[in-house]
Amino acid sequence: MFKIVNKKFLNPTVCMMDIEAPFVAAKAEPGQFIILRVDEEGERIPLTVAGFDRKKGLVKIIFQIVGATTEKLKHKEVGEFIQDFVGPLGMATDVSNLKSACVVGGGVGCAIAFPVAKKMFEMGIDVTSIIGFRNKDLIILEDEFKNSANEFHVMTDDGSYGEMGNVCVPLEKMLSSGKKFDKIFAIGPLVMMKFVVQTAKKYNIPCVVSMNPIMIDGTGMCGCCRLMVDGEMKFACVDGPDFDGYKVNFDEMIERNGMYCDFERQAYEETCNLFKKEVK
Amino acid sequence: MAELPNMKMTKNDMPTQDPKVRAHNFEEVALGYDEATAIDEAKRCLHCVNMPCVAGCPVKIHIPDFIKKIREGDFEGAYQVIAESSNLPAVCGRVCPQESQCEAKCVRGIKGEPVGIGRLERFVADWHAMHSNTPEHCEKPNGHKVAVIGSGPSGLTCAGDLAKKGYSVTIFEALHKAGGVLVYGIPEFRLPKKIVQSEVDKLKSMGVEIKTNMVIGKTLMVDELFKMGYEAVFIGSGAGLPRFMGIPGEELNGVYSANEFLTRSNLMKAYIDKPVTPIMKGGIVAVVGGGNVAMDAARTALRLGAKKVYIVYRRSEEELPARREEIEHAKEEGVEFRLLNNPVAILGFRNPDNKKDPKNVFVTALRCIKMQLGEPDASGRRRPVEIAGSEYEFPVDTVIMSIGTSPNPLIKTTTVGLETNSHGGIIVEETTGKTSKEAVYAGGDAVTGAATVISAMGAGKVAGQAIDDYIKSKNAKSRKK
Repeated sequence: MFKIVNKKFLNPTVCMMDIEAPFVAAKAEPGQFIILRVDEEGERIPLTVAGFDRKKGLVKIIFQIVGATTEKLKHKEVGEFIQDFVGPLGMATDVSNLKSACVVGGGVGCAIAFPVAKKMFEMGIDVTSIIGFRNKDLIILEDEFKNSANEFHVMTDDGSYGEMGNVCVPLEKMLSSGKKFDKIFAIGPLVMMKFVVQTAKKYNIPCVVSMNPIMIDGTGMCGCCRLMVDGEMKFACVDGPDFDGYKVNFDEMIERNGMYCDFERQAYEETCNLFKKEVK
Repeated sequence: MAELPNMKMTKNDMPTQDPKVRAHNFEEVALGYDEATAIDEAKRCLHCVNMPCVAGCPVKIHIPDFIKKIREGDFEGAYQVIAESSNLPAVCGRVCPQESQCEAKCVRGIKGEPVGIGRLERFVADWHAMHSNTPEHCEKPNGHKVAVIGSGPSGLTCAGDLAKKGYSVTIFEALHKAGGVLVYGIPEFRLPKKIVQSEVDKLKSMGVEIKTNMVIGKTLMVDELFKMGYEAVFIGSGAGLPRFMGIPGEELNGVYSANEFLTRSNLMKAYIDKPVTPIMKGGIVAVVGGGNVAMDAARTALRLGAKKVYIVYRRSEEELPARREEIEHAKEEGVEFRLLNNPVAILGFRNPDNKKDPKNVFVTALRCIKMQLGEPDASGRRRPVEIAGSEYEFPVDTVIMSIGTSPNPLIKTTTVGLETNSHGGIIVEETTGKTSKEAVYAGGDAVTGAATVISAMGAGKVAGQAIDDYIKSKNAKSRKK
């Protein structure tokens, strides 16, 4: 059992928690993920590590309430426990041999992008961060990014905050005006990552993306998280979750991730109804 | 004078659920002998002096001795005989391929059917579970700590043997539940999970500590275990990444590895009403492969409501690697075998006018080519050769690839000094399970690639003995100094 030590809503649909998991905290690095089960009957879901405090033995998770499990997790309070919490899984993000980098985060993907940006900034790498959201109400981690970047842009699709447009707008502007990065890290919705990669490609800048396929065991046993990278089958849980964005087939990933859409929607609605009944 | 043996040529039949009924439920297929049938079957044993059956058992159970106890009606006594050699009799009695091990050597098998050793073993284990609460005998704690990685058959066996010898054993399990392949892989209808749980509980009662959610190679490294005071480590981390064929269409929705399909159903309980973990149910299912895992996947798919289930296998019936019993059970339940067929592509749906059609990229058909048997290959089996121009397609909704696995990469990639072979299997000394790294032993699928429960148990047993010898001799040396 793993204790919830802090809990905070970053916006109406995104929640942050610090979980007491000293073994995981001791090893976690930016880019890695954990798998959790909320309760004894729960499903296993992967969440990327959003931060860690090795001294206190805490691991930070940030999750968007999108389905039955995240809905259940949302209702857990500080002092309560979650059943299982295992990690850190996957490979850490490779930030070696860089002088300058651009971190592009989209939506709740910013939760994963931030520790990468922070680590590089602390290493003395010149960090440009671009974060994007649909609108003002959905913005998370703005101050955190701002304080760990040499240059910073916040974008909203509707222009309700920051600059208007998607994350590729400032990226394209910088690159076309001659700015160079050793690497771009794109973490967010698959469609966003696909377009960041296209932009990076135009200027011949390496681009790493973080993939979030459906997973079960997360330790290289079941093969659920397979994806084709440059024509070769890879498993995101042990080979990733970071991959060379040039080589990922995004359209295939988008389709694979939709496999259980109907099931998930129904399970989510049922869980929500359950909680509503309890409230009554 | 001793009673004459029962000279009936055939085994007592194993009572089973009716195939038509069981094809739609997850309850156990084989129901087990009752006491009278067990005694009658026990009387078929000739008690050969040279005990060929024991030689056929990977863990060397004293088979004639436990059968003699059954014959005498001393079922607990029979259990105690088995317990000297095996920690998981209720499991082995169900899933061991006895027909190629103990029963293959049985003298009664020369002219008729061998003694139903597996069925008797199962009877004894179940009888013990129902009637006895005698605690397992363990020696006094000797103060030495051993770490076991993985709680599958090899790890449970190794841990059990060492606990009996007085070691303080900790099992590190990556998943949230102990049992390894016994819980995620083998389905409920072949091995009820409460049986696995009771075997795990038995180990706990012997003082074995089981830490779940611990991925060695990630959460902790092998070298850290030594720093934590463990004097030896046994690696039984099991099979890893599933193999795929490398044919077009394997990325389509509706294509599973057998590991994934079975894990969803068994470990995550996707078979229950209103599961929390989804799985594709119903439709037409093709399982590619002919091993026990393929049979498990096919029969699981049937129970999940498939209209039709095919086993697609590139060789002929004779070469099917699965146990006869599993093949027979699958056939009785209505699984159709498409033998001498090899998939060449999986076809999917794509609506050219609607990119958002929810049916897009779901499987629609399997394209196979017919095969014929040619000259024997390296394995001694006749090599399947494609028949030119014989390609054809048939409609399917789900394809389950069950063509094997390769050993889990997590430990080998994070442990310095641990040598592996070209397949990724950990290299060990066969008689001891000793690896290239001091005080590290290994066994089971992590060494061999996908094999059987009992061979993994045999390896766990060998390593348990070797670890005991190693720690004893190390301490004897340090005492001399």
